[in-house]
Amino acid sequence: MHWLVRPDSIRKLWIAFIAILALTVIAEFFVEAHPHFGVDALPAFNAWFGFIACVILVFGSKLLGMWLKRRDDYYDEQ
Amino acid sequence: MMLHPGLLLIAGGIAMTFVRGSARSALAVLLPALALFLVWQVGDGIFGRVAFLDYQLEFVRGDRLARVFATIFTLMALVGGVFALKQESRIEVPAAFVYAGSAVGAVFAGDLVTLFLFWELMAVGSTLVIWAAGASARAASMRYLMVHLFGGVVLMAGITGHVASGGSLTFEAMQADSLAHCLILVGFLINAGAPPFSAWLPDAYPEASWSGMVFLSAFTTKTAVYVLLRGFPGTEILIPIGLYMVFYGIVYAILENDMRRILAYSIINQVGFMVTGIGIGTEMALNGSAAHAFAHIIYKALLLMSAGAVLYRTGKRKCTDLGGLFQSMPLTTICGTIGALAISAFPLTSGFTTKSMISQSAANEHMMFIWLLLAAASAGVFLHAGIKFPWFVFFQKDSGMRPKDPPASMGWGMIAFSALCIGLGCYPDPLYAILPYPVDYQPYTGAHVVSQLQLLLFSGLAFFLLLNSLQRTLTITLDLDWFYRVLGPGLALGLAEGLANALAASGRGAAGLFSSIRTAIYRHYGPSGVLARTWLSGHMVLWVAILLLMYLVLFYLPD
Repeated sequence: MHWLVRPDSIRKLWIAFIAILALTVIAEFFVEAHPHFGVDALPAFNAWFGFIACVILVFGSKLLGMWLKRRDDYYDEQ
Repeated sequence: MMLHPGLLLIAGGIAMTFVRGSARSALAVLLPALALFLVWQVGDGIFGRVAFLDYQLEFVRGDRLARVFATIFTLMALVGGVFALKQESRIEVPAAFVYAGSAVGAVFAGDLVTLFLFWELMAVGSTLVIWAAGASARAASMRYLMVHLFGGVVLMAGITGHVASGGSLTFEAMQADSLAHCLILVGFLINAGAPPFSAWLPDAYPEASWSGMVFLSAFTTKTAVYVLLRGFPGTEILIPIGLYMVFYGIVYAILENDMRRILAYSIINQVGFMVTGIGIGTEMALNGSAAHAFAHIIYKALLLMSAGAVLYRTGKRKCTDLGGLFQSMPLTTICGTIGALAISAFPLTSGFTTKSMISQSAANEHMMFIWLLLAAASAGVFLHAGIKFPWFVFFQKDSGMRPKDPPASMGWGMIAFSALCIGLGCYPDPLYAILPYPVDYQPYTGAHVVSQLQLLLFSGLAFFLLLNSLQRTLTITLDLDWFYRVLGPGLALGLAEGLANALAASGRGAAGLFSSIRTAIYRHYGPSGVLARTWLSGHMVLWVAILLLMYLVLFYLPD
């Protein structure tokens, strides 16, 4: 089994990933921010905004998919 | 000026169909390289004035905006030509060169008639590129051609109206203030993949061959971006249209299973950013749209090259059939991932130094709502193209396939564009120097890097936490092309059937009437009919006697 797909390495990758996520939030205190609007001055704005945007996009897509999804041979049968 | 770079590519492409072997390979590299050189020999100003009817055509107009686009188009033809050296179709690469050459011709066109001629030639070239992929692509190539011919008709109607109302034939900025100008705008937008005509792109492009789609991704939509930049800068309606395209691309790509259709939807998403920038219309936004188009052509072609390499080696396109390929295709995985990072605008890649100019210009104009939507869309880009594409193709479950990396020529194509993605990300100054307006923008500030990393990495977190909701299924998602692929033909078939039935019914009626007349005639005049029978002479004498008798009676009747 390739080292990258071993459960042990995947666990380590998750730990490293979470550490990097934390770092990007901490790094915010060390750079000079120049927000343009009120909302982007909130702490870790881009982190939670990006996360929430993705959650909304994924579930919004799923909702639309319920209505518009068809088997992938749909047009062949038409 | 010596030679028109676009015409060189068109003529060279046609000539290429007659040669084979190494001469053909040499042409595939030398033609676009020479064209790229010639693009930079076109000075500022107007060349090649041609009298046509009562009009003065300006065949070539050189300026900064035209040069940016002509540069990336010829560069794309060059690297695409290298990537496609192993392409066995005799039609595809020559058609792609005709296509690229007409795109170059369109961006250098100084007047609307010349623009229209090259515009239509592009439609022909690109249709041939799709058509060359074989029988499975024929239907899609015809649907594609229909949409573009329709777009061409709308554009021509607009140009005619514009000229008839006393407008100048020179192609310059205009307002969407009259029917004619609106038609021109609509003609441009159809090629950009704007609603309601977005579906032609994910319908047709993924049917092209492994190398065909690399060419297709570059020219049509980006020529549309160019004409919008030149013709309709600051037209506000473009902002909502662009934002719609941005989110349309993300949502459909999230639901898609075919790896190349994911990338096709993502083209519309990226063009949406550019269209939004054109709608904002400040110098910085227009620069951003032009720079983004330049960078986008490179990383989108790179993504499609890596997808093409996978298709070339495995013959499979669906995410549900792929996975685990990183183990045996390291080069393709690395190059595809670089393209994915660039499209997501990761720091140190070309997306970071170009796309951010558009959001920055929204911020500078205090358009908070638009800025927030663009930020959400950037997160969505990472979700649908940045992680989804490489994850489902190269990682996720192990499909058990162990295909090799593609042949060297394909590898070199990918390496060249990977280098450019990173090069323009680390050192964007040469690109900034050729943009239409002077650039006063510093992408690498601490705040920008940190906020972008937060946005993208937390989107990545969302991807892996929601992985179960993102698992691919064997489905497609209906789009507005349903109206002309199912409803339209259904209605037409229904109508045809109804008409045929009505005709048959009335035909039966007519036939019935006719046959009863025929029977009646036959009964009287047929061989055994009463009027054709052979009568005995005795009968005849009797009847004559009766008639004479009646005559006598009538004669002697008293008055």
